[in-house]
Amino acid sequence: MGGDQVSAIVEFDSVGLRYGTGAEVLKDLDLRLPRGGFTYLTGPSGAGKTSLLKLLYLAQRPTRGRMRIFGEELSGAPRDIMPAYRRRIGVVFQDFRLVRHLSAFDNVALPLRLAGRDEAEVVGPVRELLAWVGLADRAGAKPPTLSGGEQQRVAIARAVIGHPELLVADEPTGNVDADMAARLLHLFESLNRLGTTILVATHDLSLIAATRGAQLMRLEGGRLVDPTGALRNPPLRVGEG
Amino acid sequence: MMFSSLAPPAGERGLLPDQRGRPTPWVIAIMMFVTLVVAAAGLAVANAARLLGESVAGRYSIQIPDGARVAPAAIAAAGRVPGVSAVSPVPEADVRATLQSWLGADAASAQLPLPALIDVDLGPGADPARLAAEVTRAVPHARVLAYGEQLGPVTRSLRALQWLALGLVLLMAAATAATVVLATRGAFDTHRSTIEIMHGIGATDEQLARLFQRRLARDAFVGGAAGAAAAALVLALVRTVPGSLLDDITGGPVLRPLDWFLLALLPLLGTLVAMLVARATVLKALRATL
Ligand SMILES: Nc1ncnc2c1ncn2[C@@H]1O[C@H](COP(=O)(O)OP(=O)(O)OP(=O)(O)O)[C@@H](O)[C@H]1O
Ligand SMILES: [Mg+2]
Repeated sequence: MGGDQVSAIVEFDSVGLRYGTGAEVLKDLDLRLPRGGFTYLTGPSGAGKTSLLKLLYLAQRPTRGRMRIFGEELSGAPRDIMPAYRRRIGVVFQDFRLVRHLSAFDNVALPLRLAGRDEAEVVGPVRELLAWVGLADRAGAKPPTLSGGEQQRVAIARAVIGHPELLVADEPTGNVDADMAARLLHLFESLNRLGTTILVATHDLSLIAATRGAQLMRLEGGRLVDPTGALRNPPLRVGEG
Repeated sequence: MMFSSLAPPAGERGLLPDQRGRPTPWVIAIMMFVTLVVAAAGLAVANAARLLGESVAGRYSIQIPDGARVAPAAIAAAGRVPGVSAVSPVPEADVRATLQSWLGADAASAQLPLPALIDVDLGPGADPARLAAEVTRAVPHARVLAYGEQLGPVTRSLRALQWLALGLVLLMAAATAATVVLATRGAFDTHRSTIEIMHGIGATDEQLARLFQRRLARDAFVGGAAGAAAAALVLALVRTVPGSLLDDITGGPVLRPLDWFLLALLPLLGTLVAMLVARATVLKALRATL
């Protein structure tokens, strides 16, 4: 690893992705996410945002090119090392993926429990985070009884509970009102300040405008365009912009 | 690794839903019940055949059609054969009583020539051919018969029953295993989304296999135990019905401690199969993912 690469948490080199035998939905992606950065990914529906995020949260392998995450070449890595990397990545799925039969509390606690944390280390942080996303009194509710926005907040709490090095969020404010969106943005920014690299896919221009110092990438037809130079520039700290 | 799953880490408890009224334990209970009853019957028949064989092993009968007169010569001849442990003539009254039951009261008349029957027990290592030779030299028209040969048809049909039972047990075991496989697939479909979500946020294959195999092992154990309890009850009830037992024929207990042990092993074996199948199902499904 050269000194230049130390600061990159994600590096794509001519990455392409196709599902099955279909056409490529991601083409020739070259990208670097600087460690500690805050990046937005936009683009029209069907452009491939979720697909790009799937590569990042290790749900798909690139069908070509090379992909380094945490300095590790993961595009062809054996699958048994994936869980350890997944645990360093927090994911807010576009469709939430909450476990239906577990309460909001247990959904948020899931990453900590899978990591084998002591229950004593689980209860406090989970309560605190649920309170932060405004769900203190819904901790015992199961996902099917929660509103879309409430489910989304549970999903976000689950993604950040383990203080991931990389947070990948797919339309995380798609189902919440402007006040809650601002609050969630504040949560992401706090996390970013604590060192988490953040990538948010969103159509929400007001969210992007409200985030000082964030970089912007745009996907169109599976190709990246680079309006603010996110792919070239060294990391910008939030607030420097 | 695999058996650590029986004591789940605190955080892994309750990650799969508790669904009451699932059919799996019931189906397994029924299969296990039938398997155990058939297996017990098979073991009982096998034991009966063995005890019967043992009880007549080395037993011979000397039969002399016109009996009484020459019997002492035959008894003396049999007594001279090395390895003979007992020579006991069947009392004339017994022979007469037996004949009466066939021929009616006329058999009581002393006119009828009575056959002589002499039981001979050979010790281990004694030569039955030598016995026959000695006896027929003394009394040429005497016949020496092995009890075992006379009981041949009985023991043969007992053996046949025993193999039949073994075949049935194997069939039932295969059906039980198939049930476990189907139940596991069903349970996997039920829990697929949960397993996928956990996989997506960093659960290891081992963790997921453990969760799932624990669930299936529990179902199989509960079902197996219920089936075993029902089977034990039925077997205990059968024991109390007089005359229904092979005990009477064989003069020994129908099931030995070893047999009970083997029977108790079956539900545990079922649990183990369930666990292994569940584990293999999850691992196979996960290997198809990244
Ligand atoms: N599992 C899949 N199998 C086949 N094709 C897929 C699959 N997932 C996505 N696609 C296709 O890939 C392309 C990109 O989809 P993707 O979900 O990445 O878009 P997106 O930018 O996230 O859209 P949106 O803004 O609507 O969420 C689409 O044409 C879609 O139909
Ligand atoms: Mg999408």
